[in-house]
Amino acid sequence: MQTSSSPHLHSAAPVSSVMLRVIYALIPGVIATIWFFGWGVAVNVMLAAIVALASEAVMLAARGRPIKPFLLDGSALVTAFLLALSLPPLAPWWITLIGTAFAIVVAKQLYGGLGCNPFNPAMAGYVVLLISFPREMTQWLAPETVSGHALSFAQAAQVIFSGAAPPGLTLDAVSAATPLDTLKTHLHLGETVEAARRASPVFGSLGGLGWEWINGLFLAGGLWMMYKKVITWHIPVALLGGLLVMSTAFHLFNGDAYVSPAFHLFSGAAMLGAFFIATDPVSACTTPRGKLYYGAGIGILTYIIRAWGGYPDGIAFAVLLMNMAAPLIDHYTQPRVFGHKK
Amino acid sequence: MNAKLWRFPGGLHLSGHKTESTRLPTQRARLPKRLTLPLHQHIGAEAKPVVAVGERVLKGQVIARAEGYVSAPVHASSSGTVIAAGDFPVPHPSGLSAPCIVIETDGAEQWCERHPTPDYTAQDPSHLRNLIREAGIVGLGGAGFPSFIKLNPLGKTVDTLILNAAECEPYITCDDMLMRERAAEIIHGIRIMRHALHAAHCIIGIEDNKPEAYAALVRALRELRIDGIQVIQVPTRYPAGGEKQLIHVLTGREVPSNGLPVHIGIVCHNVATAAAVHRAVQLGEPLISRYVTITGPGVPEPRNLEVLLGTPMAELLQQCGADPSSIGHLVMGGPMMGFSVHTSSAPVVKTTNCLLAAEHAPAVQAAMPCIRCGACAEACPANLLPQQLYWHAHAKEFDKAQNYNLFDCIECGCCAAVCPSHIPLVQYYRYAKGEIWTREREKQKADVARARHEFRLARLAQEKAEREARHAQKKAELAGKNAPRETAPH
Repeated sequence: MQTSSSPHLHSAAPVSSVMLRVIYALIPGVIATIWFFGWGVAVNVMLAAIVALASEAVMLAARGRPIKPFLLDGSALVTAFLLALSLPPLAPWWITLIGTAFAIVVAKQLYGGLGCNPFNPAMAGYVVLLISFPREMTQWLAPETVSGHALSFAQAAQVIFSGAAPPGLTLDAVSAATPLDTLKTHLHLGETVEAARRASPVFGSLGGLGWEWINGLFLAGGLWMMYKKVITWHIPVALLGGLLVMSTAFHLFNGDAYVSPAFHLFSGAAMLGAFFIATDPVSACTTPRGKLYYGAGIGILTYIIRAWGGYPDGIAFAVLLMNMAAPLIDHYTQPRVFGHKK
Repeated sequence: MNAKLWRFPGGLHLSGHKTESTRLPTQRARLPKRLTLPLHQHIGAEAKPVVAVGERVLKGQVIARAEGYVSAPVHASSSGTVIAAGDFPVPHPSGLSAPCIVIETDGAEQWCERHPTPDYTAQDPSHLRNLIREAGIVGLGGAGFPSFIKLNPLGKTVDTLILNAAECEPYITCDDMLMRERAAEIIHGIRIMRHALHAAHCIIGIEDNKPEAYAALVRALRELRIDGIQVIQVPTRYPAGGEKQLIHVLTGREVPSNGLPVHIGIVCHNVATAAAVHRAVQLGEPLISRYVTITGPGVPEPRNLEVLLGTPMAELLQQCGADPSSIGHLVMGGPMMGFSVHTSSAPVVKTTNCLLAAEHAPAVQAAMPCIRCGACAEACPANLLPQQLYWHAHAKEFDKAQNYNLFDCIECGCCAAVCPSHIPLVQYYRYAKGEIWTREREKQKADVARARHEFRLARLAQEKAEREARHAQKKAELAGKNAPRETAPH
């Protein structure tokens, strides 16, 4: 007679299908990013995916772990997507390679692999790149509607792998700083928010041109994940809430120096960060109340870095800082156990 | 009934699989050739045999008496001859054999003398408790705790008696069918329990997926013209039938951690136990049979049977159209909290509410690492953090697991059922609890040994001191005797 241990019923979808759903939820935002910033985004995603899977396989083999189940769990793919979507659309190939390899090899596998990494691997990879290669990492593209140039897939791949612009085009003609970056530069020069928005074509009605759509679609994907119970509401709501409260307060205090809350919510990696990056369960807080502190902390830190820090966007640093605080927050936010004193 | 209800944390909506076994009315199981009656079918001390091999016994006769306070006697479920006494396979997670008395039945079903007490109201509660104790009644919901103990308020005021009719685990329908078919017996039993406890309020809590049973109870109450017993339907959500959970849903009160329901003025019994109490007191029949659900994917005709305790499980499977040799996986209890039985030759015991049979055990998916997704914490009815408990149990940091309130875990299995990494979480908690118990026992042993050692050292020291004192005294005496001689003048 065979024996098994209770419960004899299992209703849960496996880890791989959780990860797969995260990738499904990313797709609308990915399409929007490609739409506005060209095929380079797709090249980056594919390159990152290949590097992530290859590094994962090599590390699993080196650590003597079964390769197939961990390669197919989808977690490396999610890391690859998140990192690639944070990179400049025409970033040289070695940027993607170094960032992804660092994320998987150092930030994930050297800490013990799936479930053991204290830091979000994609953000660790991103920050290594940002600190090591600031010039390459801040050279963003202007939306195709602004530059008037649309690179084909082959042209984008050529730029990424050779560094040379296609004939008849200079990279300067297609590149531009991101709206968050542009705004920061103008504010540094003592201009008002309004003057900055008039001076540059990269701004849209809510956030940056194109960025508002990208953020909107990541928001939609995130809501779908909530509906499918892949993530809970706590971290995204707290993160966006933190960002909203800070940006509203300072905007009301001085609207000339501090841009509107809508701009903050629909620029940069706000929605990608709130729904896809900060919700990485492994490195986030795990108690319901802790998730609220964790999310709010990221939102507030992101605002502080955006408004007064040296970098245009702050999601990556904010996530890593709160990753460090997560175990402590978890310790102090344990829920009241049933039957214990209120 | 629009009573105000509360909500316990977590829980799961599971597919019930209850209709399979409620299509056919309950039938008496065939009288088996042999009845194997384990001496330990309850929580507490093993019963002591009072019959010898070769002795003829009558149906209902005591064959083993209760040993100590927390214990229960065992009765012959049918008339026949005792043919063996020794270790036989019993339903237990360990798969080990345990002491049993085997009776070869004679088919006469000849009862011993019964002493019914139809008018219980004239009886003192302590006398009723004695009758219930002597009838060998234990909690029939699955725990098997001697019922007479839970009918003793021990000086505390019991304001509410709750009857657990939730039957929240999938597949199990024995209480459902008992309520449909024997509602009056249950009601009579409840009145006896209430009399014993002097409980002011009385509530039957039943999950809302059993409308027929609910209707039967309400009808019986009306026909018997009994007031003061409320039947309340609670939302179907596993584990609503957990004692602490049901009490919370019905009253909003929480049983304190490490405490008992009686500490908050509540006593909770299973409905099948109530029916057994009625039979014991008013008919004079001890607990010798019970309703058992025979179901699962390996059973062609799932149904409930009224089974004599001691009947081999294999015979019940046969009566429901299954070939016992084709059953590769047999669970006693439900799919969430039941345990695997190692052989279908094991007998039905007092706590056997359901047999869940399949050709194969469910496929075990390889466990992946915990990704701390928190699905387990959302499902936990005790509001624990199963992911942290797992983390510490896995690392053998048992004191930390205890700090995360490991002992508030009721092992309902919700966490493991929703874990996307397929980690056998409950197994880790059982392991951690077992290790902690072992350590505490060892610590106690060590404490006793140390105390003994210290006492011995003290005793030796004392003996040495006494000896030296004696020596000194003797020396002094000798010196006293010699001294005059030596110093005597020549």
